[in-house]
Amino acid sequence: MSPKSTRKGHYLERDRSWHPEALTPNYKSSIYRSPSSKLISFPTTLSEETGPVFGHDILGSLDSDLIHNYARQGQAAIGSRIIIHGRLLDEFERPVPGALIEVWQANSGGRYRHKNETYLAALDPNFSGCGRTITDENGDYEFITIMPGPYPWPNGPNEWRPAHIHFSVFGNAFAQRLITQMYFEGDPLIQKCPIVATLNSLTAVKRLTGFLDMERTIPMDSLAYKFDITIRGKQQTVFENKPEGL
Amino acid sequence: MAIVKDEFKESPSQTAGPYVHIGCAPNFTGIKKIYSSDLGSAMKTGPVKGEQITIEGTIFDGTGAPLKDAMLEIWQADSDGLYNSPQETRGICDPNFTGWGRCAVNLNTGLFRFNTVKPGQTPAPNGTLQAPHISVWIVARGINVGLQTRAYFSDEKEHNSSDPILNQIGDSKRIKTLLAIRQKKGVYSFNIHLQGHNETVFFDI
Repeated sequence: MSPKSTRKGHYLERDRSWHPEALTPNYKSSIYRSPSSKLISFPTTLSEETGPVFGHDILGSLDSDLIHNYARQGQAAIGSRIIIHGRLLDEFERPVPGALIEVWQANSGGRYRHKNETYLAALDPNFSGCGRTITDENGDYEFITIMPGPYPWPNGPNEWRPAHIHFSVFGNAFAQRLITQMYFEGDPLIQKCPIVATLNSLTAVKRLTGFLDMERTIPMDSLAYKFDITIRGKQQTVFENKPEGL
Repeated sequence: MAIVKDEFKESPSQTAGPYVHIGCAPNFTGIKKIYSSDLGSAMKTGPVKGEQITIEGTIFDGTGAPLKDAMLEIWQADSDGLYNSPQETRGICDPNFTGWGRCAVNLNTGLFRFNTVKPGQTPAPNGTLQAPHISVWIVARGINVGLQTRAYFSDEKEHNSSDPILNQIGDSKRIKTLLAIRQKKGVYSFNIHLQGHNETVFFDI
């Protein structure tokens, strides 16, 4: 144990060999947007161990229902109906309740509702691709949405993103702030994607894969995918240099 | 350092991509029917004590071009050095101050701006105090893991000189990249350089 991880309240250091490197040249946008100097490391201070907390009062009744939250009265988004659900945990496997999760995604044709989007696939007038929720007392969350489509992007002459949903996750501390993406089990585009390839191991790819979950499907209604998310863990107790939970 | 098995490690990061606004600032990108306002667009919910300040700047890439698709979040203490967080046990933060701001940079110019208050000093782990600072987190297309940096204040020379983290950096040229420069009363400029001879200091905190 280094002293960095032993004080009560400290957050475990990020494992930088597990996360993508800043410079990943096959993902071309990283070339001029990756710092070249070493990151300066120091243990978390109160500035990182605190963070904003959001109450359920910010949520509207349809915020986590992307099929309906942008749809006209009586209408619905076009696409395969799916449930995305999972549990938010920390690195000590403790559930994280009360955490804000925001998502965004392309529509079923692979088109985003955004001013800078240029892909020729049709916009769905009833779909924005925006949703949010707050984890419940068990750290669980759920979204209702449609299966996003894959889409081409100008990284190479013929490159396609696998279907994915972007996740933005808060915890209890600014140190835990995380943005990532969920991919869908079995998608053959996963292994061809330069952004997925910024991950350093197949284990890491697996951790960003949502798995078909037949138990949560709704017969004659929706398929379901399970996607658990982990954010950085905080030391609770220090006992002879060995934190509880390790 | 503590060893965490791969299956329990923090979920690996992926870029926010160019369309982060859809999920995090939908009103900003014209999706106006879902949320009444974009989260973090106002850090003050009423009158807030302390020196009212604006921090504005631009994020530049390695070619010197401004990033026009980035999003920043900031987190800071109030003017007494207290955080609006359940983890804050030393006192009660100004109830009208959230301490958290989120800003999508201007899609045409790349400019960001936060209306906030100048933070007070906050504790350092060694029992001393940190200089007033704002924690900054940056995501964008091409950024694989959100970048952490800090804005300190050019007119806090005394506190800056005794700040443990600035002292750890040591090199005065690099420290300078963390200074929000006072332009006039209440206005600070904080430009961020992702690469180049004046590359901003980024942290692994």
